[in-house]
Amino acid sequence: MNTAYNFAFFDEGSKREIRRATLKAIAIPGYQVPFASREMPIGRGWGTGGLQLTLSLIGKNDVLKVIDQGSDESVNAVNIKKLVSDTTGVETTEETHDATLIQSRHRIPEVPLTKDQILILQVPIPEPLRYYEPSESETKKLHAEKEYSGAWLMLFEQIMKYGSMTTGADHPVLVHERYVMAPSPIPRFDNPKMDESEALILLGAGREKKVYAVPPYTKVVSLDFEDFPFEPESFEDKECRLCGSTGVFLDELVDEATDETVYQCNDTSYCLEKLNAVGVK
Amino acid sequence: MTEFEVPVLSVKNLNKQYGPGCPHCKEGESETLVKNYCQVCGTVYACRDVSFDVFPGEVLGIVGESGSGKSTLMQCLYFDQEVTAGAAFVRSYENGEKNLFQESSQQQRYIRNHIMGKVYQNPLLGLRMNFSSIGNIAEKLIAAGSNHVGMMESRGTELLNKVNIPVHRRKEAPKYFSGGMQQRVQIAKALSNNPPVLLLDEVTTGLDLSVQASVLDLIKSLQRELNISIVLVSHDLGVIRMLADRTLVMLEGKVIEEGLTDQILEDPQHPYTQQLVHSLL
Amino acid sequence: MGYVAVKGGTLAIEESIKRLKFERVKQGRTIEVEKIQAGMRGLIDQVMSESSIYDETLAALAIKQAEGNPEEAVFLLRAYRSTIPRKHYSRVIESDEMQLERRISASFKDIPGGQILGATTDYTHRLLDFRLMEETDESVQEWLHQFHNEDSQNEEQVTDLTLAKVLDYLRKEGLIPPCENNNQEPDDVTRESLEFPSTRSQRLQILTRGQTGAVTSLAYAVIRGYGALHPTVGELRVGKLPVTIDHPTSEGNDEDSYYIGEVQVTEAEMLMPVSVEKEYGKKEMEFEIGYGLCFGQNETKAIAMGILDNCLEHPNNEFPSHNEEFVLYHIDSVESTGFISHLKMPHYVTFQSKLDSVRKTKKEERQEVNS
Repeated sequence: MNTAYNFAFFDEGSKREIRRATLKAIAIPGYQVPFASREMPIGRGWGTGGLQLTLSLIGKNDVLKVIDQGSDESVNAVNIKKLVSDTTGVETTEETHDATLIQSRHRIPEVPLTKDQILILQVPIPEPLRYYEPSESETKKLHAEKEYSGAWLMLFEQIMKYGSMTTGADHPVLVHERYVMAPSPIPRFDNPKMDESEALILLGAGREKKVYAVPPYTKVVSLDFEDFPFEPESFEDKECRLCGSTGVFLDELVDEATDETVYQCNDTSYCLEKLNAVGVK
Repeated sequence: MTEFEVPVLSVKNLNKQYGPGCPHCKEGESETLVKNYCQVCGTVYACRDVSFDVFPGEVLGIVGESGSGKSTLMQCLYFDQEVTAGAAFVRSYENGEKNLFQESSQQQRYIRNHIMGKVYQNPLLGLRMNFSSIGNIAEKLIAAGSNHVGMMESRGTELLNKVNIPVHRRKEAPKYFSGGMQQRVQIAKALSNNPPVLLLDEVTTGLDLSVQASVLDLIKSLQRELNISIVLVSHDLGVIRMLADRTLVMLEGKVIEEGLTDQILEDPQHPYTQQLVHSLL
Repeated sequence: MGYVAVKGGTLAIEESIKRLKFERVKQGRTIEVEKIQAGMRGLIDQVMSESSIYDETLAALAIKQAEGNPEEAVFLLRAYRSTIPRKHYSRVIESDEMQLERRISASFKDIPGGQILGATTDYTHRLLDFRLMEETDESVQEWLHQFHNEDSQNEEQVTDLTLAKVLDYLRKEGLIPPCENNNQEPDDVTRESLEFPSTRSQRLQILTRGQTGAVTSLAYAVIRGYGALHPTVGELRVGKLPVTIDHPTSEGNDEDSYYIGEVQVTEAEMLMPVSVEKEYGKKEMEFEIGYGLCFGQNETKAIAMGILDNCLEHPNNEFPSHNEEFVLYHIDSVESTGFISHLKMPHYVTFQSKLDSVRKTKKEERQEVNS
């Protein structure tokens, strides 16, 4: 543990300030609370928002899991985990069940989360209306007035152009029937996991200096139209080549030997767990 | 009272000034004013005590030279600008009992989205130039609560058809259109939510004469077909003569004469109106 | 025995960090922090200014660790800054108390106190000085000895030179309007996040922390034509400012305050001619002021900041340089370099998701063709 720094890197005053913003975010589901985002020892845009939330919340008894794009072992996940454990000494894990705090970039774990867990998502662009309206003071007004035609208009335009909605990740959602929110670049596949989630979900954007939240058991609806319903990515007829799972988010790979497209669980810790369960049998 | 006698829109003592005013000009009638401009402090009294009613299915014309306050009046009615004092009531909003200018900006947005339509002289203000034409219409429909792509597309197509935009160009962005076509897209957009009140601000100014004529014809036939109430502002008495049932003449921020359009054209009372009518002949 | 995760990531990072250290020391020589501090004044000043932390030693350490890369050095110092509790705010510093090292005005030749050129590269010929290849500590010390000797012959020279501001002189003449002191407590952008419309104190803080190159480029665009300003340097000064803090129990009491050190800064007061309308529509020319101040000697940045300060006082959507969101959101070194570099991170999931949408549109296209 690196003792040249305070527990969890920040001074206590900074942690309190971030927690205050977090409480406000929980009190107003989906509303982006501005906070005085600190410069972190990792790059702006590399998860500093999520990291600040993690560091402000973490206590000595927490168990931390960090994933990046579904993987515990991705360099960025490892890097963040290392920084937190260096400055706190807390236990880290790859088992989703064992974690009390899960910081993630671009994925929600396949295993349903529980009320004893907090999911922290890293956010690059917190403003769902940004590509419709570049000005921050304008989008702030639109949220205040609940004027979201722009959010639907962007989807409408996609349908006009391409015949279907073409959002990739970060498909906007309506939270608690009030605020339209960017769920962070999680695949559409993960959007429904936010709805009525047992676990508290916090979202942090460090560079853009915003914190927002989906409290437990909150209604989260992906934006769509009556005749063009929201559709998650489809992995129909496909299964993980390792553990055989279906109905999970799969990575598409090319088997170098056979030159065939193969699929495998994106959530690596879920896949391992499945494999081990099979192994025991 | 019969329905015909209840105004759709009623404006009472609307005042709009630019500048703080000073002891010299606050009286309004003081001799320091040159026209509606205070020489001492530079305050401009753009609208002074403007009151009028618009009845169902009526086209009310407002004529005056540039600087007479007529466009400012329109901006105030569509909440593009805040009034300094005064009131406006719309029959279909809260039974016509609430002063629109005192509603919250969220409510004002509701009124704009559901009860009014506006066509600006400058299409840049009324259209999103980079979105498709049909998307522009859908934006207004979404804002008014629509959530069905098929319905919005057919309504949009129908409206574009009405304003003579070829169906195959409906997915093109207005920035690729000529000025006359842009104006027609704006008209279609403004009509999309069947507004009881339509505001037209110098819609033909700057267009070629032949294009002007076709846009005016279009407005006239649409008005007859849909029986909407229109407030029409123009500096061109020719436009007013063609469309307006009743006319207000504005000069230096004040209404100096009002009456049936024919009456004003044949028997103008105020010297300024007389001058205006003579120049038309 | 069950399956275990591949530990590729952890290992790769460890190796990469080792590799990075190798690159730093591979020639078998190291540069001492004192040497950086002694010889890299320009870089240290820039790094302190962009990090908004005034400490030459820490800046030198950051530069060493970053192998001289300013964006990396600023990043290190900013992150360090986040861990330090904020114990005090300094008392208001009046910049006319500056101990001047250099002071010029481009607007008036005869300013009271005169123009003081001080140390500047402005009139050097930019010819590579190959003699520096041979420079040693001894030759430098010898030169210094001689320099001090010459100096002591003009013993009368004042050491603590303070002078009235050029602009105060202009105010007395009535050429620029009097300026009221704004005693409102400034906002602290590191403690509360920026919201729009911003206050001037927020703008000035973000500008002074801005990346030198970014601030300079935007101001350059303004005076070259993508902006509406024609500024003149009213006064540019470089010197040291004393920093004091209040005694904890007697706030606001001058007598009891503590002197905690001094900072070297560059200050630019820019004059922009504007036409103002007076009573009865009479037009007059007046001067407005743009203010720039940054740590160390970094004159281009201070002047550029002065230009942008005035731009943002007059919002104008015609030019991005007059749009506060555009300027303030994009000039921070840590933010811009962070977000650009994050593109190197894996985006496998987002890409997979987009792939799904692309395939869907292709499928629909085919159906349309077939039907």
